[in-house]
Amino acid sequence: MAVSIIFLPFISFLFCFLFGRLFNFRVYQITSTSTLFICAILSWVIFSQYLGSKDTQIIYILNWITSGSFIVNWSIRLDTLTAVMFIVVTTVSACVHMYSIGYMEEDPSKIRFMGYLSLFTFFMLVLVSSNNLLQMFFGWEGVGLASYLLIGFWYQKDTANKAAMKAFIVNRVGDFGYAIGIAGIFFVFGSISFDTIFNQVEIFKEHQITFLSIDLPTLDLLCFLLFIGAMGKSAQLGLHTWLPDAMEGPTPVSALIHAATMVTAGVFLVARMSPMYEFAEITNLFITFIGAATAIFAASIALTQNDIKRVIAYSTCSQLGYMFFAAGVGAYNASIFHLTTHAFFKALLFLSAGSVIHAMHHEQDMTRMGGLFKKIPFTATMMWIGSLAIIGFPYLSGYYSKESILENAYYTSNSIAYFAYIVGIVTALLTAFYSWRLLFLTFHGENRSEIKIYNHAHESPMVMTIPLFILALGSIFSGIIFADYFIGYYKKEFWDGALILSHSTHKYLPLSQSLISKFAVALGIFICVFIYSNNKQRAKNISYNLDPLYSISKNKWYVDELYQRIFVNTFFKMANFFWKRGDEKTIDGLGPNGISWFIKKSSIYVSMFQSGYLFHYAFAMLGGLVIILTWFIYY
Amino acid sequence: MINWPLLSVIIFLPLIGGIIILFIKEDDLTSNNIKWSALLTSIGTFILSLTLWFQFDYSNPTYQFEEKFRWFDDFNFHYNIGVDGVSLFMILLSTFLTPICILASWSNVKKRIKEYMLAFLFLETVMIGMFASIDILLFYIFFEAVLIPMYLIIGIWGGKRRIYASFKFFLYTLLGSVLMLIAIIVMYRNTESMSIEALQGNFFLFDTQVFLWLAFFASFAVKIPMWPFHTWLPDAHVEAPTAGSVILAGVLLKMGGYGFIRFSVGMLPEATNFFIPLIMILSIIAIIYTSLIALAQTDIKKLIAYSSVAHMGIVTIGIFLVNQQGLEGAMLQMISHGIVSAALFLCVGVIYDRMHTREISFYGGLVKRMPLYATVFMIFMLGSVGLPGTSGFVGEFLVIIGAFKISSYIVIGAAFGIILSAVYMLYLYKRIIFGEITNVKLSEILDINTREKLILIPLAISVIIMGIFPNVFLDPMRLSLELIITNYELANAR
Repeated sequence: MAVSIIFLPFISFLFCFLFGRLFNFRVYQITSTSTLFICAILSWVIFSQYLGSKDTQIIYILNWITSGSFIVNWSIRLDTLTAVMFIVVTTVSACVHMYSIGYMEEDPSKIRFMGYLSLFTFFMLVLVSSNNLLQMFFGWEGVGLASYLLIGFWYQKDTANKAAMKAFIVNRVGDFGYAIGIAGIFFVFGSISFDTIFNQVEIFKEHQITFLSIDLPTLDLLCFLLFIGAMGKSAQLGLHTWLPDAMEGPTPVSALIHAATMVTAGVFLVARMSPMYEFAEITNLFITFIGAATAIFAASIALTQNDIKRVIAYSTCSQLGYMFFAAGVGAYNASIFHLTTHAFFKALLFLSAGSVIHAMHHEQDMTRMGGLFKKIPFTATMMWIGSLAIIGFPYLSGYYSKESILENAYYTSNSIAYFAYIVGIVTALLTAFYSWRLLFLTFHGENRSEIKIYNHAHESPMVMTIPLFILALGSIFSGIIFADYFIGYYKKEFWDGALILSHSTHKYLPLSQSLISKFAVALGIFICVFIYSNNKQRAKNISYNLDPLYSISKNKWYVDELYQRIFVNTFFKMANFFWKRGDEKTIDGLGPNGISWFIKKSSIYVSMFQSGYLFHYAFAMLGGLVIILTWFIYY
Repeated sequence: MINWPLLSVIIFLPLIGGIIILFIKEDDLTSNNIKWSALLTSIGTFILSLTLWFQFDYSNPTYQFEEKFRWFDDFNFHYNIGVDGVSLFMILLSTFLTPICILASWSNVKKRIKEYMLAFLFLETVMIGMFASIDILLFYIFFEAVLIPMYLIIGIWGGKRRIYASFKFFLYTLLGSVLMLIAIIVMYRNTESMSIEALQGNFFLFDTQVFLWLAFFASFAVKIPMWPFHTWLPDAHVEAPTAGSVILAGVLLKMGGYGFIRFSVGMLPEATNFFIPLIMILSIIAIIYTSLIALAQTDIKKLIAYSSVAHMGIVTIGIFLVNQQGLEGAMLQMISHGIVSAALFLCVGVIYDRMHTREISFYGGLVKRMPLYATVFMIFMLGSVGLPGTSGFVGEFLVIIGAFKISSYIVIGAAFGIILSAVYMLYLYKRIIFGEITNVKLSEILDINTREKLILIPLAISVIIMGIFPNVFLDPMRLSLELIITNYELANAR
């Protein structure tokens, strides 16, 4: 069953890719969507089996690489973690497939689009079900490829192509760390399949390794290298720049890849390797710090963006930060729980945003929206549900997962976790602010768009609203239903060793802390209401008065400009220097060209001796004679 | 098992075909006969060489299909050929690429078709002969003979600056060859033997080894090419006709890698051990330096040529790690590069045939008019980038794995290629394939035709097959490489 879940999307891709011209486009849309729904149903069946306690299954498929003691197999690992990821990936993917039928209605290359979506799903499923690090890397780079293809789907747009390239290359920087990490793990453990690694972890607890002439704790180093990969894929601070740009792709892609599934692969990696990360204390501090920093950094940017998709993109970045600092403090289950709930409400937000964009004829600027609630009430309701879920409104899904992350940070006794906890609360405030700002600017207040477009705005067709509805159900109920399994009473039986559970015995935040976090959220909403309701001038005044802060946020902390200066320009300068000075001047100049120049020149001088004049030769002979005679006379 | 000399037949069949072609009349009507005979000859050779693979005994690390008879009575020189795990795929690569080259030159070579085909068939003979030689003098003869047709192919059928390029190519490679000949003579004077098998028993003193090693290094480092002996390659590629570039990148560069494995590592283990740091430094420089240069290129062929140097940097690192993963990775990377870079040059040829320019800025937005071309190009690009699931990944990754045992600096250097290759290849792809068509001349460009499909699609499939089932290639070479490693370790343990 697991095998069919993984390969059905691939077959769907091949069908679109190889036989894409045989039938009407509807055939491909319907087959790929129904394939994905079958996958989703099968995944839920598997998941329900793992709700009870079921053993980890490993399904061997084929030997991939054998080189000396380096042996890698294609195989599938089924355990609770995989089952959770299966439902997340296939459910969101099925919704997005269906949604795309409506959203891409006017696009000429619908078939290609469906094919790419299926291809992405295949790679993602391979990633989450792999039993060793290298097969995971195959899925890891595969989703990167699919993401590259889908961001650049509208290849006529130069910005889309640039964004696609940027995404691939920034991810490659992360993969650099990941690849070295795998090599290191093979070097230390002699294997890269999970069980073999985990069985030996205890042995290497105190072990040291020399890397770049520095002695480092082995496990910390390896975990750190893998985490660089995770940072790239999950857009953490420093390697985050590709994610907002990736919004150039069609909106369903943003929902599937850049919100719900692919970007969470880094979190998944850390959770999957949790038996190893558990012992990597220094790296864990680093992860906590990066996660917390990303959370607040991205949220601070989201405050001032006007593009509806970019706001949600930065919000994704920020939520991924939450997941990482949860993982950093050892609460892998809370991290995965937030991953799951986040998948639902973030996909919901994105698809609703897509529905708005669809209604507004591809307008994405929120300053040219407003008052849309009356025109598209269903979409607006969905967006409200998503926003309530993300800010952690009680009893919606985000409430459980976020609360659990905060409580784990609170009960971890080190200063970085404490920092993360405070950042978590401040970020919750910012989250509430930007979510409400988005709702206000888009759906409420006066209309600021052109009257024509506003009048034409209409609710999306059923193929687009049904997926929204499904995801809304997930956003509302996934928390209340699964909290007991993921983080609550049944967690031991549920996870069953698939990841390491936090040791903390505390169940809830103390009442005062809990109130503080809720108060922060309420404050965020209040500030937003204060700024954006009634008085139109107030937002402008405030941004004017807080100018340096506003500009930094608006311009995304100038990270892109900085990278352009430091990396891109330097690389091109170096490239030209090596080429013109190195290759052409130095190597060729001293090498072949130099030698041939030297021979040419010297042959000119040598040939002067053969002037052809008799008196030249006679003079030379005379000179020679004089020298020889002198020699004989004196010696 | 075999009563007839299969290997000799494979070696000389192309030459015989070439000689037959000489007797076909060449004019507008009959030029197709020439092309067909050349194509059929090379396809026949390929099929025969496949039987080599099927009959190959995986459990035997030494030479198989061996043929041996004395050539000179008063001189220990034999016509001695055979195949082992190392040479098997080099031979297959040569026989696989030759028909593709002939097919690729089907309509773009207009003058002296007869001589052109003869040159390619002769080239095939000497390439196979070189990889199959067990006698070092025989190896040398074939090794040098490769220069002649290649020199002519660049010099006669090349582009505008072909004379400069062919001379540069010739000068560089000749320098190495002279030193290699001296080394071979010294080897013979010392041991009275010319058999590679016998010489791998390690007879030389350390000082002799160092001298011999340097002499061989001069030859192979130019061939493969290593930094800073690489500047002939971009020029040769740019000026060579498409098929010439294909063979140059696909097979001729591998002569260097093959030589390093056979001669440097195989026969001179102690000197190899001594020179490892030098090789590693040069290779890492090659990876970073040439990758950056590739980024700045404006000519598509030159860009791919520079990327070849970077990929060969991974190969030399792999070879001189002298462990199982390193050597297997290097071999796989050579085979993969043989296919991927050949295919990339063919892709350039496709648009060059249509537009007669290789300037990157001339192109843009090709995907709109040429979707199939864009797809296969993408597969080769990903192969070159080393995406898991394509051929480029496995070799590169095995080298990184192997390198971790030796030094973390090498790992970092080799892994840098991961980032940089993605940068220049994606940047190239974006500029050629994506975007709007802005150049009016491109608005009527046609997608690849049946002949081009026949060339490119098998290559694309093999790129993916190599990525998913690399063991098909790793299994036959395993024992032969193990033998070399064991020899090396024994010699250095003394």
